[in-house]
Amino acid sequence: MQAKENTQKQRIVVVGNGMVGHHFVDQMIKAANADYQVTVLSGEPRLAYDRVHLSEFFTGKTAEDLALTTTDYYVENGIEFYTEAMVSAIDRDAKNVKTQDGRTFEYDKLVLATGSYPFVPPIPGNDQDHCLVYRTIEDLNDIEASSKCSKIGVVVGGGLLGLEAANALKQAGLETHVVEFAPQLMGVQLDSAGGRVLRHKIESLGVHVHTGKATTEIVAGETSRFRMNFKDGEHLETDMILFSAGIRPHDSLAKLADLDMGPRGGIVINNQCQTSDDNIYAIGECALWNNFIFGLVAPGYTMAKVVANHVMDSNTDESFTGADMSTKLKLMGVDVGSIGDAHGKSAGALSFVYENQLSGVYKKIVIDEAQNKLLGAVLVGDTSDYDTLLQYMLNGIDLPETPESLILPSLSDKPLLGVDALPDTATICSCHNVTKADIVQSIDDGNQTFADVKSCTKASTGCGGCTALLKNVVDKTLSERGVEVNNHICEHFEYSRQELFDLIKINDIRDFDTLLKKHGKGLGCDVCKPAAASILASVYNEYVLKNEHVSLQDTNDTYLANMQKDGTYSIVPRIAAGEITPDKLIVLGEVAKKYDLYTKITGGQRIDLFGARVEQLPLIWEELVSAGFETGHAYGKSVRTVKSCVGSTWCRYGVQDSVGQAIDIENRYKGLRSPHKLKFAVSGCTRECAEAQSKDIGVIATENGWNLYVCGNGGMKPRHADLFATDLDDVTLIKYIDRILMFYVKTADRLQRTSVWMDNMEGGLEYLQKVVIDDHLGLCDELERQMETVVGTYQCEWKTTIENPVALKRFRQFVNSDEKDSNITFVREREQIKPADKIKIVEVE
Amino acid sequence: MQMLEQDWTTICRTDDLITNSGVCALHNGEQIAIFCIGEDIQNIKAIGNYDPKGKANVLYRGIIGSIADELVVASPLYKDHYSLETGVCVEDESLSVPVYEIRVVHGEVQVLS
Repeated sequence: MQAKENTQKQRIVVVGNGMVGHHFVDQMIKAANADYQVTVLSGEPRLAYDRVHLSEFFTGKTAEDLALTTTDYYVENGIEFYTEAMVSAIDRDAKNVKTQDGRTFEYDKLVLATGSYPFVPPIPGNDQDHCLVYRTIEDLNDIEASSKCSKIGVVVGGGLLGLEAANALKQAGLETHVVEFAPQLMGVQLDSAGGRVLRHKIESLGVHVHTGKATTEIVAGETSRFRMNFKDGEHLETDMILFSAGIRPHDSLAKLADLDMGPRGGIVINNQCQTSDDNIYAIGECALWNNFIFGLVAPGYTMAKVVANHVMDSNTDESFTGADMSTKLKLMGVDVGSIGDAHGKSAGALSFVYENQLSGVYKKIVIDEAQNKLLGAVLVGDTSDYDTLLQYMLNGIDLPETPESLILPSLSDKPLLGVDALPDTATICSCHNVTKADIVQSIDDGNQTFADVKSCTKASTGCGGCTALLKNVVDKTLSERGVEVNNHICEHFEYSRQELFDLIKINDIRDFDTLLKKHGKGLGCDVCKPAAASILASVYNEYVLKNEHVSLQDTNDTYLANMQKDGTYSIVPRIAAGEITPDKLIVLGEVAKKYDLYTKITGGQRIDLFGARVEQLPLIWEELVSAGFETGHAYGKSVRTVKSCVGSTWCRYGVQDSVGQAIDIENRYKGLRSPHKLKFAVSGCTRECAEAQSKDIGVIATENGWNLYVCGNGGMKPRHADLFATDLDDVTLIKYIDRILMFYVKTADRLQRTSVWMDNMEGGLEYLQKVVIDDHLGLCDELERQMETVVGTYQCEWKTTIENPVALKRFRQFVNSDEKDSNITFVREREQIKPADKIKIVEVE
Repeated sequence: MQMLEQDWTTICRTDDLITNSGVCALHNGEQIAIFCIGEDIQNIKAIGNYDPKGKANVLYRGIIGSIADELVVASPLYKDHYSLETGVCVEDESLSVPVYEIRVVHGEVQVLS
């Protein structure tokens, strides 16, 4: 009976749950075919996670953030899985596998997705503590632990993974060195000139690069834990060593089972990804196809898909026929791209090279002998041409008459590769292998927005490199289908935010009712009302709780505080630049104590007081205002904080007074309402302790003045700010910030951060520089005037509110009772209040 | 007739209301969110104040507006919209809040209990 049931379902056993192994499982789940029972055996203690973005572990991502799946997902879809189940043997005759702890799993089809392991060069002394590798989350934990008791770290290996690992060490705060055996960095992907430019860029970020170095031994150090002796007689002292010198296939299991192996390892597979045993497949980095191991995730995904199809239908046409190894990535903030024949090894190949040493940009294209097709490219410092070049190469599109125009920075007449020029078979997203035809099909199936197409096809959800191209294809296809791509703010106004801004300003509209009557319909909603309130505030800067404005505001603006999950509010007084006197600090402590508020330091160098009931807000603010505090606008889509380091006043390294500058900037722009929140920072030297490069506006002191960085952000999708201008004096710095902010306030979409705003602008940073520095649009006077108006009409909203009886009336839970909301209750944790849990759902195992 | 009149209870006055916005009144232990639609003080709506998704008494602090022709309030916590006519959540029809009969008599706001 049992046996019969078992024969009804094909048993698929997957060994390994890395990115590729999981992708295979996911393909089986998507197929939703009840004839198959999938069992996953994973040697690691957790299910699949994103190894491509492993270094983000050091910028605050957790193992959960990196997870690609959950146990719940596997359980819900009937996947049997075992973690820490290391497979030790395959019995091909009995068709079963055994785990180290003695369990046996029978299979009809076996999929080996065992991946690879880091190669550690056979250097004497390489097996000591603090000599580590970089592959798994467990490795990262070891690296983190080691870096806490190390000052200097060396990465052995200057390839793609080595530089990723170096980034991790840099993030962990170590003095970082890269030691590479070959004469250049990233020798696989880049030519020597590209490697040189990359090296220069990475060195300017403070990472030391040593190329052409063969390590002969690792011995005890004199000033650090270790000393690495090199063949050329030189040496390097370091506290930890990270080996990242390439990968080797994890193939011992297959070797034991006597499957065909490559001469230098790797499990030999055919086009269906079958090994020499028809019932055993191998996919990902353990597999050897045509004498080649693919160390990228996209080919592994393709293999996973091929196997899933082949398992379910052995007559399928789908096969693995190799993969394009082109890559685009950001290494320590440096853009690097490599396409096809990057080294120009093809017979008769010709190349065109563009290099700008000032900005550290290197571009090369390799074309065929007939000068008609693109064979390859190298891009360092600027990969904006990557998508276009890749399409030329993959689809064999005829080159323009002057191929060099594809990489030259000609501002106007660069030939654009239109969506029309792409054949239907063109791969738009190589991570998920989505073609132009797939995208068009998904639109014909009813997906009408970029977001829908993205979630349906998965295109652009991998590395994200194809986002711009995908958007072009979607927009073009939609407009061909007659679907109007509109940017209307909501159903009540047939205008974009920028158009509403112009309508309000040009027609001198001062309240929402007039705007709605003249230009809109219906009653408005929670999208257009706050947007209009924000525009009105940016243009006229009236008190936000004026009668005609109060009903437009989001609750945080209405109550001038931040609503928390239980309906109470948090309070953040302004502490400009994070500078506060002991007396004021005592006032905050006393107020927090009196009202029993949970107290926490914010990331913006301020103090947040949580748990205030709506009726307590005016009482608390009366005390704060009389002690000289102002509102911090933490509740508004507005300028929040200007973070600063202590600067030249105290710091041995500071070259300018960053605190003074930050206070001036914060006081100038405080209260400015904008399409989204704005965060600033000022650092007193290039050590950048204020983290200005992660802010919308970042200012970093130089010997000669200030460098201005723009349009960075932290949060869900962190983005480094771009260098906008260098060595500015105080007056020019403020002038530029005035113009940038007002141009943003005037032209951005609702809830669009500065980074997305600039990235969506045609011409991006260069265009913004033209508008702000060269006054390309003739707008600068107006932008500055507008900022002067806002600065000149600043008022502390809380001071105005506590002096206004009508406004104060709104700060109560009940109009007819002084009772408190009985639903708000607190418990204590670590000597402070926290919201009491409401109903606890008891999970039954 | 007299019986019916007794069922209406005054919970606040019209000058407690805020044009195009909400206030909250306590009535027999229940929290009632009262919204004043437009300038017309007679045009008021009342629903329960408890946001069933956010699990907090906050709906009166939401922004009111219209979706198609339906009057709604957007919860300030997770921005779900609740109909001021039916109490049903627009985004998730399995969620709803109570709706109260409400009227204005001589400047007094009354609820039918």
